[in-house]
Amino acid sequence: MDAISKAMPYLLEGLQVTVYIFIASLILGLIIGLIMALLRLSPVKPLNWIAKIYIDAIRGTPILVQLFFIYFGLNSFEWISMDKTTAGIVTVGLNAGAYFAEIIRAGIQSIDKGQTEAARSLGLTGSQNMRFIVLPQAVRRMLPTFTNQAIISLKDTSLLSIIGIADLTQQGEVATSATFEAFKIWFVVGVIYFILIYLLSLLANFLERRFELR
Amino acid sequence: MSIIQVSNLKKSFGTLEVLKDINAEIQEKEVVCVIGPSGSGKSTFLRCLNKLEDITDGQVIIRGQDITDPKININKVRQDIGMVFQSFNLFPHMTVLENVTLAPIKVRSVSKAVSNEKGMELLAKVGLKEKANSYPGELSGGQKQRVAIARALAMNPKIMLFDEPTSALDPEMVGEVLEVMKQLAQEGMTMVVVTHEMGFAREVGDRVLFMDGGYIVEENVPSELFGNPQHDRTKSFLSKVL
Ligand SMILES: Nc1ncnc2c1ncn2[C@@H]1O[C@H](COP(=O)(O)OP(=O)(O)O)[C@@H](O)[C@H]1O
Ligand SMILES: [Mg+2]
Repeated sequence: MDAISKAMPYLLEGLQVTVYIFIASLILGLIIGLIMALLRLSPVKPLNWIAKIYIDAIRGTPILVQLFFIYFGLNSFEWISMDKTTAGIVTVGLNAGAYFAEIIRAGIQSIDKGQTEAARSLGLTGSQNMRFIVLPQAVRRMLPTFTNQAIISLKDTSLLSIIGIADLTQQGEVATSATFEAFKIWFVVGVIYFILIYLLSLLANFLERRFELR
Repeated sequence: MSIIQVSNLKKSFGTLEVLKDINAEIQEKEVVCVIGPSGSGKSTFLRCLNKLEDITDGQVIIRGQDITDPKININKVRQDIGMVFQSFNLFPHMTVLENVTLAPIKVRSVSKAVSNEKGMELLAKVGLKEKANSYPGELSGGQKQRVAIARALAMNPKIMLFDEPTSALDPEMVGEVLEVMKQLAQEGMTMVVVTHEMGFAREVGDRVLFMDGGYIVEENVPSELFGNPQHDRTKSFLSKVL
């Protein structure tokens, strides 16, 4: 017990960093995902390709390589200098963005064409149709898969400890070397991640019920 | 001048030519019913009138504006053309009243208070005032279609297009929808109605177009078209449906 209470301050500090990076990269991922999904569905071919290349490149490579590419690779240019946290957020955000793009695209495509036809026949523009008719319905359908990806991204943040970000995993490392109680510390770190993910799925369930299709 | 004028309209989907050479003229306040076998191009014709389908060739002039002109603002044209679909296409995430007021608020920038008031009037007109706060999923087919009509009317359209508005309905609900359409016709709405309801076409239609194979084969006032069809294809179609 003593080791755990000694470790707790470290772990809570790490937890803060993890939550911060997670939320920031989730927001970044959502913005990128929405843009890429719209590009992917655009009738303009080159825009299509851009989105497709991006999505395939992210999905076809390990996130660790993406992290090294962004943190070490891009930072090797003189005119780019990202701190660790920024590189971490950008990596997880770009990574999640590719998956979100596919989720959003599938969600949009699952909405009956008749909805768009009705909206356009009333004089709504294409973007008004997206905003008021298609996306609100698509979002409800996307929520479960969306939650899955958010959980994966949350777990992905633990990889960021490799470049020295002081997240929960990294702080677990620190606490272990301070206490030499690897079993207890890593067990507690696991429990904290588990609670975090559990809370996330509770939130998702709540949103799903609130937005239930009537 | 006619409110709708269609000349040499052609429409293909890929290599499939669906509308081959359509010419039609529709006057203000006229109720034109379009009949014909399934697959003859009736829906496609109707959907070309508000450019839900891209027009392959020919001219469609709505209230003096050639909508095939790429420079035209089609959203503006559509604001004045209401459309009612076979499958209702109500917005399931919005209440009945929100369905009706969405376009006036977002497209015409009418205030919420004014649109709500007008929306309630229209719902009263189609007999669904008490359903204003229900969701489409809670309505019967007939009720849905009446909401869809109210939704289209909320934009004060000059023309109403109906694509088989009663075909997806249980028989006992057909009457309530036709009744609303009949009232609309009596109020002087210009209407183009694709329908299998020959009784409606006969009673309410000013003119009937018979389509087959991508052409308007024959057109006439209902009494003549039904009583004295000229073309063999019209005769054979009518003998099957009457
Ligand atoms: N979006 C589309 N893509 C390809 N073919 C289509 C499309 N819409 C309609 N068609 C074809 O065009 C023909 C006419 O269809 P439609 O206008 O719906 O006929 P109707 O309403 O008279 O039954 C049919 O052969 C149909 O399969
Ligand atoms: Mg049809």
